[in-house]
Amino acid sequence: MTLLRSLSLPLLLAAALPAGAARLSLEVEIPALQVAEYHRPYVALWIEREDASVAANLAVWYQQDKPGHKGDSGTKWLPDLRQWWRRSGRGLRLPVDGVTGATRPAGSHTLAFDDRNAPLRDLPPGSYRVVVEAVREVGGRELLKLPLQWPPTAAQEARAQGKNELGAVRLSATP
Amino acid sequence: MIRTPRSPRLSSLALALAAVALPLTAQAHKAWLLPSSTVVSGETPWVGVDAAISNSLYYPDHFPMPLQSLAITAPDGSKAVAQNPHTGKYRSVFDVELNQTGTWRIASVNSGLFASWEENGQPRRWRGSEETLGKEVPKDAKNLQITRSAGRVETFVTSGEPSTGALQPTGSGLELVPVTHPNDLFAGEAARFRLLIDGQPAAGVEVTVVPGATRYRDSQDEFAAKTDADGQFSVTWPAAGMYWLTASLQDDKAAPPASARRASYTATLEVLPQ
Repeated sequence: MTLLRSLSLPLLLAAALPAGAARLSLEVEIPALQVAEYHRPYVALWIEREDASVAANLAVWYQQDKPGHKGDSGTKWLPDLRQWWRRSGRGLRLPVDGVTGATRPAGSHTLAFDDRNAPLRDLPPGSYRVVVEAVREVGGRELLKLPLQWPPTAAQEARAQGKNELGAVRLSATP
Repeated sequence: MIRTPRSPRLSSLALALAAVALPLTAQAHKAWLLPSSTVVSGETPWVGVDAAISNSLYYPDHFPMPLQSLAITAPDGSKAVAQNPHTGKYRSVFDVELNQTGTWRIASVNSGLFASWEENGQPRRWRGSEETLGKEVPKDAKNLQITRSAGRVETFVTSGEPSTGALQPTGSGLELVPVTHPNDLFAGEAARFRLLIDGQPAAGVEVTVVPGATRYRDSQDEFAAKTDADGQFSVTWPAAGMYWLTASLQDDKAAPPASARRASYTATLEVLPQ
């Protein structure tokens, strides 16, 4: 236990994976906005091929319905994530295990993927872009793209800075 | 199909003439159906549709479209019913409950026969169906001209993934057959469609496209395309927005008893931003 306690959290996470696993880490910042009416954004993260077709969905955050809810379902507004909806969402049966989930509050959110698990396990080698699209009810929409070579042969870093609905987005991939 | 009370000010003939003939005089008046959304999601989403014949797009400023001729086709090809219909001074409105996923075709379809002849030196005009033609128009009328007319005004709404079941041509009048799906249109991209007349390729027909929101600019900004031998034409959307696409045709290839046919087609298409 003393040994474990002395290890930092990232090291523990790394230790949980077998040696040699290629990893992709994404850090997505949802900015805190001072607006009269704030709703958490809907956010979709996916990997697109060079022709903009979708290779893998990474995460989709949208309003989940409470049991026995009345009125419009949270799925009603998914087409507002209009590129994701066009490229992938409209053909999916929701929810999607391991992909869809509740909206997240302002702050920085880290997502970790590796080549031992879906969806990267099944991703053929190639040039891709990670796409992050965010849209907020009675707010705006923003879309950012970051380059990704998969599998990584050396450590990769990419950054993009949103202006309105997204803050900093960081991508890091390690072989 | 739904029934609405007849306007006290206009006979049903005048209404029918307006619905059929107006798209042919598109320079002055534009007939349209405008859905509240074209791309929707959820279990049973609804759309509201405005229906009008107007000068500007898409502002109901002239005349409501009569709702007698609505033809709503569900994704599986079955007919659906308009809900909450109302005809006001300048526009008609109705709702459609999208209780199937896929693409819905929401149309107003008119067809009929027009006849003109001379009687005792006076011009006579008549409009009706094939059933009433024999009873109401004398066969030996002087200078008898019979024209077959078909008009379609429509729009498309997709819940979930676009489908083509509702877009199968009926084989009557001018119809648009998608090469590019009409609910998959994006600014800066080209879309390709095929125009059919009575089920056959409509070759050499001019298609006119007018962007919506005409109130906020000085010109129509219309652009045109022409169909090739296969009836196909291509449109590149300059910007996101609603577009009014129209075409009409007049020739003498009519099925008897008519000796001429005229047909018009109008669609409201939404082009989304990238």
